[in-house]
Amino acid sequence: MPVSTSSSRAIYEALKGGGIRLMSALPETWLVHLIRMAEEDPDMTLVRLAKEEEGVGISAGAHLAGMKSAMLMQNHGFLASINGIVSCAQLYRIPLLMLISYRGEFGERDPWQTEGGGVTEDLLRALRIPFVYLDHPDHVASRIRKAQTLAQSANKPVALLLCRDLMWEEPS
Amino acid sequence: MKRLDALRAIYGQLDEVVVVTIMGAVAAELQSIGHRPNFFYLQHAMGLASSMGLGIALARPDRQVVVFDGDGSVLMNLGGLTTLARYRPANLVHVVFDNESLLSVGGFPTATSTGSDLAGIAAAAGIPRTGTVRTLDEFTAAFDAAMKARELSTLVAKVEAIGPSGYVTELALLENRFEFQKWLRRL
Repeated sequence: MPVSTSSSRAIYEALKGGGIRLMSALPETWLVHLIRMAEEDPDMTLVRLAKEEEGVGISAGAHLAGMKSAMLMQNHGFLASINGIVSCAQLYRIPLLMLISYRGEFGERDPWQTEGGGVTEDLLRALRIPFVYLDHPDHVASRIRKAQTLAQSANKPVALLLCRDLMWEEPS
Repeated sequence: MKRLDALRAIYGQLDEVVVVTIMGAVAAELQSIGHRPNFFYLQHAMGLASSMGLGIALARPDRQVVVFDGDGSVLMNLGGLTTLARYRPANLVHVVFDNESLLSVGGFPTATSTGSDLAGIAAAAGIPRTGTVRTLDEFTAAFDAAMKARELSTLVAKVEAIGPSGYVTELALLENRFEFQKWLRRL
């Protein structure tokens, strides 16, 4: 599977370095290595979800209890989480660190991913969720660190869009 | 059984435990008995109170967590029961007040009014301790047992579909949120 192991490792190490001790996740092709890394790490609590919106509640609870968490999801999982993001995380000023695999963008071969890809950024803007691309290994660590800093200082959700150029190694 | 009576009956056991409730009558009635800094009321995001309880229970395994849920909310997050069951935190007691209706938005009947059995669904999801109670005595006994069990429990309490006259309370949402966080992190 041409999902980048080295990029996944860089993301995982940056999250660990930022003190993340709980990750919620729903499997998605680009996230397989990240989920496996979390699963194999005795210092990480991995919560496998039935639906991504649950992760908003879990991260909110963990935050109030003083544990740093991150959410791993596909952009369609972000779409499925919107009410929770608005009426739990935004209403109650909860920082969320959302790592969203950005499917359906340029280069996408799966027809079923394309509609969600086309609305992801507009939805993030409509929700006034600050976001940045993770599209090159060189800036993974610094952008994750800065995203986490803003989420904590603003007490708000932020999003990192995991892009094809970072996550997928097959030449397109 | 009235939900308010059920809450009153166990209120004395909620001194030192982490409490997360859903919106509507549960939040308003618990506040009418007496707000405490260890109570958090999720006044929206239906379905996520149990997920918040799970997040707290996993982050703080040393603390007892109680979630007061409702039938309408659980029905919006049935998948969450499978996640609770998967991680089955021993420090979480999940109480579901089932009035078979969406009381705060006009009392429209939920699927539990036509036979859907939430304790049965919770058991089938894999939650180790489940049960349904219909009287105040049964409720207090089952709640006591769940609190002592040190095993994840979902307790469904069938209650009358009556509640307070209003749902907005004097406690501001963010005041509750930051006070609760402070309490939780001080421990």
